Order: sequence, then structure tokens, then C-alpha cells
Amino acid sequence: MDTITLYMQYIVNGLTLGAIYSLIALGYTMVYGILKFINFAHGDILMVGAFIGLLVYNGLTGGEGAETGAWTLTAFFIAMIVSMGFCALLGMAIERIAYKPLRNANRLAPLLSAIGVSFILSNGAAWIFGTQSRRFPYPFENEPIHIGAITITPHQIVVVVVSVVMMILLTSFVSKTRMGKAMRAASLDQATSMLMGINVNRVISLTFAIGSALAAVGGILAAFDFRVYPSMGTMTGLKAFVAAVIGGIGNLQGAMIGGVLLGILEAVGAPLLHIPNGMRDTVAFAVLIIVLLVKPDGLLGKNEREKV
Amino acid sequence: MGEILKIDNISVSYGSIRALTDISMSIDEGAVVSLIGANGAGKSTLLKAIVGQEPLKSGSITFAGETICQTKHHHGGLTTDLIARRGIALVPEGRHVFADMTVEENLDMGAFMVRDQALINKRKEEMYDFFPILGARKKQKTRSLSGGEQQMMAIARALMSAPRLLLLDEPGLGLAPLVVQDIFNKIKIINEENKVTVFLVEQNARLALRSSSYGYVLENGKIVLEDKGEALLLNEKVQKAYLGA
Repeated sequence: MDTITLYMQYIVNGLTLGAIYSLIALGYTMVYGILKFINFAHGDILMVGAFIGLLVYNGLTGGEGAETGAWTLTAFFIAMIVSMGFCALLGMAIERIAYKPLRNANRLAPLLSAIGVSFILSNGAAWIFGTQSRRFPYPFENEPIHIGAITITPHQIVVVVVSVVMMILLTSFVSKTRMGKAMRAASLDQATSMLMGINVNRVISLTFAIGSALAAVGGILAAFDFRVYPSMGTMTGLKAFVAAVIGGIGNLQGAMIGGVLLGILEAVGAPLLHIPNGMRDTVAFAVLIIVLLVKPDGLLGKNEREKV
Repeated sequence: MGEILKIDNISVSYGSIRALTDISMSIDEGAVVSLIGANGAGKSTLLKAIVGQEPLKSGSITFAGETICQTKHHHGGLTTDLIARRGIALVPEGRHVFADMTVEENLDMGAFMVRDQALINKRKEEMYDFFPILGARKKQKTRSLSGGEQQMMAIARALMSAPRLLLLDEPGLGLAPLVVQDIFNKIKIINEENKVTVFLVEQNARLALRSSSYGYVLENGKIVLEDKGEALLLNEKVQKAYLGA
């Protein structure tokens, strides 16, 4: 295989990874946009999403060894929808219990609360499910498809298609619907949005619900590559957060672009710079540092100093 | 016509600093009432108190017979979004348009409480007729508008909910005299044709009092004078302090 096709292959792989980062980054960025706070428990929500998805899928199909076909694919989407619903409720509950009472507190307080929630979720999962990692069976034949010299697996196609559909749904929600526009208004100017009769508490709940549902999808899609285990959300969540910052935190398009960009840079950068596999994660953080030095507000971030 | 807003002996503090002390006011339905005073007299604080953005230390505010604001002691009153739902719209100082949204989306937000899409569309068309510049710029981001256009945008947004009481905080601030005159003409039309009660806060005392049936003078958080608009214009003290005569 010549070098160009090799790197084309890396880009395809990076695109798959990046699509997952984007989905998760959206949750960070949406919450930040409205509350100016980083929800560090977001990564663990994706882990819960993966576990719920796996349980539902295995429950419906009998798990590993089930003959793939129309039913397993249907079961996979049922599992995804159930998991989205569960995580939406979980995200709303976390906000109500752990963040809302701290809304007028010192800015560090909700941050610490989020780190606490993160530990509770990952340790809770370890307690309930054990710490061994589980495979998420492919709900379809994962026979690689060869396009020229490039190889694409059906699971990569599913990841990209599902992610793109989710992003299109989210984008049309915030630009077309009444509640979606209210969400944007509340993130631009909370006090003024209340003057319009917008119930900001409800908007914040909705933001957590949507962000967490997207994380559930991200978790299930990530489970194909990374397996399912209680601490799976830590590194993936952290990198999605990096993606949100790179794109410009608070900006939806920024999170989508940041995620895809980070996935591709990671997949291409590691072999290009001869970084051993175990140190692959350094690429993401090196990119973060460079972006922060050159453009501190991220690629699409507004160059807006915080008003005092 | 009856009283629509009653402010009963309210006080507001920022920490240990008294911003408003024992303010009482009454606004009749259909009137244009203005509040004049120097910078820092507490004018904006009073408007914020009416929409529930500033907690009361004492007293209460009643709108159309319902208590909307009271002290924490008495369960605090309604939140800002619920006060808006009762029919009070505030055009805040500094306009506070949603800069990253288009003119049309800003109007949509103004009509957030209206659930009838046909009615929303009808009102938008009315606003584009009333403020033609907004119609010409409806697909533009609001941040690209001039100061005067943004002020019109903020007023139009407030009118989208068809409020019973319109509160205006310094609608002329930082705008060219001709634009200010235009805005005050519009306010007059809004009051006369749409039957909206208007309570406005303004540093340009002459313009404010000329367009008002009644006026209040605020100094250091206290009402020091109140009378009919034209009477205040002739008042020696007002002339000296606020009209530069």
C-alpha cells in the first residue's frame, strides 16, 4: 500500500473516531453555552449510555452469538433509543440534584460537584456491572468493504451515518423550533430571555436531556471500538471536551468541527510523527495546547472577553 | 380608567446600600408615565424591581389587581418569566437584543408566549410595517444593526407579546437626536393606537415629560416630586435640575 492510500485510510478511521467525539462534545458545549460551566460528569454519562445500550441489546437478542440480521439491527436501534431516553432522564436528574442548588454559588462549587457525580457514576457502574470490560457485539455482519485500496467496515459507516443524522436533527431543532430558539436565546442572554417569558429552568433541563441523549449515542458507538467498562468515559469524555474547546466552547458548529478535526489529527498525527500506540492520546492534548496558544477562544469561538 | 400598576412603599438594597427607599407610585391603564432622574438615582433599579429582577426589601407591587412582587418574607413574588406572562414587557437599558440571532428570530423570541403561529406571523408583519427598517433586515444578525435600529428591534420584540404594560429603560440613550425623536413618536403611536400603557425611564427629561401624562422625579432612590407632565415641565426645580434652564 503506498503512503497516500495509507493516509487516506487513516483519515477514514479518524473520521469515525471524530464523529463520536463530536457527538459527545456537543453535550459539553451546550451546557457550557447556557450555564458557563463544564459538566465533568458528561463522560460518565456516555459510559452509562453504553452499558444501558448493551444490556437492552443483549436482552433483546440474547447477546454474543446471536445471528445478525434485520432483527439484531432493529434491536440495536431500540437499544439506542432506550439508552438515549434513560440518559436524558439521568442528565436532568443530575442537574436538578447536583448543579441547580449551586447555581448562585461560587463557580468552583458546581465544578467540584460534577467531579463528584463523575466518581459516583463510574464507581456505581463498577459496583453494579463489575470492572471487566465487555464487548458490544456487532448487530450486523462487519465484513470490511474495499473501495480501491481503502477498507471501510460497515460499523464505521453506521457510526458516521448515525452521528450525522443526530447532528442534523440537533441543528434543525435549535434553528427551527420554538424551544430550540429559546435555548439559543437563553445561552446568549439569560436575564433577557426570561423577559420574553422563557422558563430558563426548563430550558436548562432540556439542554441536559439533549446533551446526555447525544452522549448515550456516542457511548454506544464508541463501544464498538473501545468495549464497555466503567471508566470508558474518562478518556473519551476528556478528548471530547478537548474537541469542544478546540472548536470554541459554547458553539455547536465548533463542537462538531472540533470533534471531527481532533479524530482525524489523532488518527493521522500518531503514525505521521511515529508516536507509539500507547502514547496516541498525547496528540489530542498537543493539539489542544497549540490551539489554546494560537486562538484561545477556539476555532469558531467569539473573541469576547467575559463581562464583569 | 383604572389603575394597572401599583407600587406600594417598596425598598431595594444592594448589600448595605439602599438603592430605592419607600417608593410608591400608581400608573393608570392607558397612560404614558415617565420617571426622570440623574444617573444613579435608581431608575433602572425600579424597572428591574417591577419585572422581578431585583428582590424587594419591603413593600409590594401589584399589577392588574394581582400581587406580582413582594418581600422574601411574603414568598417573594413571581419570577421574571411569570411576570412577563402577566403582560409586562421591559425594553432593557442597553437594548439587550439577541445579537447572534436574526431580526426575525428576535421577534420570534418576543412572541415566545404566543402559541398561535398565524398570530405570530401577523404581528411580525405589523412590526415590519411599523418599523420598515426591521422588515428590510429581517434575515440579518441583529449585531449588524445600528444602535437606533437595535433600539427599534428591542421595542418591536417587546411588542410581539402584545403586553398591557410596556416598560422602557432609557430608549434614547446614546442615539442621535433625530432617531430619538423618531422612537418617541413611535412610542406615542403604540400608546394611542395599540392602547398599551407605557412607563418610561429617561434622562432626556424634556422629551420624556412632553410625551407623558404624568411624571415622577427620582433623586437618590426617593421620589421627590410627582405631577402632570406639563406641570413638571414648568416646575422651577425640575427646570433647574433637569431641563438646563
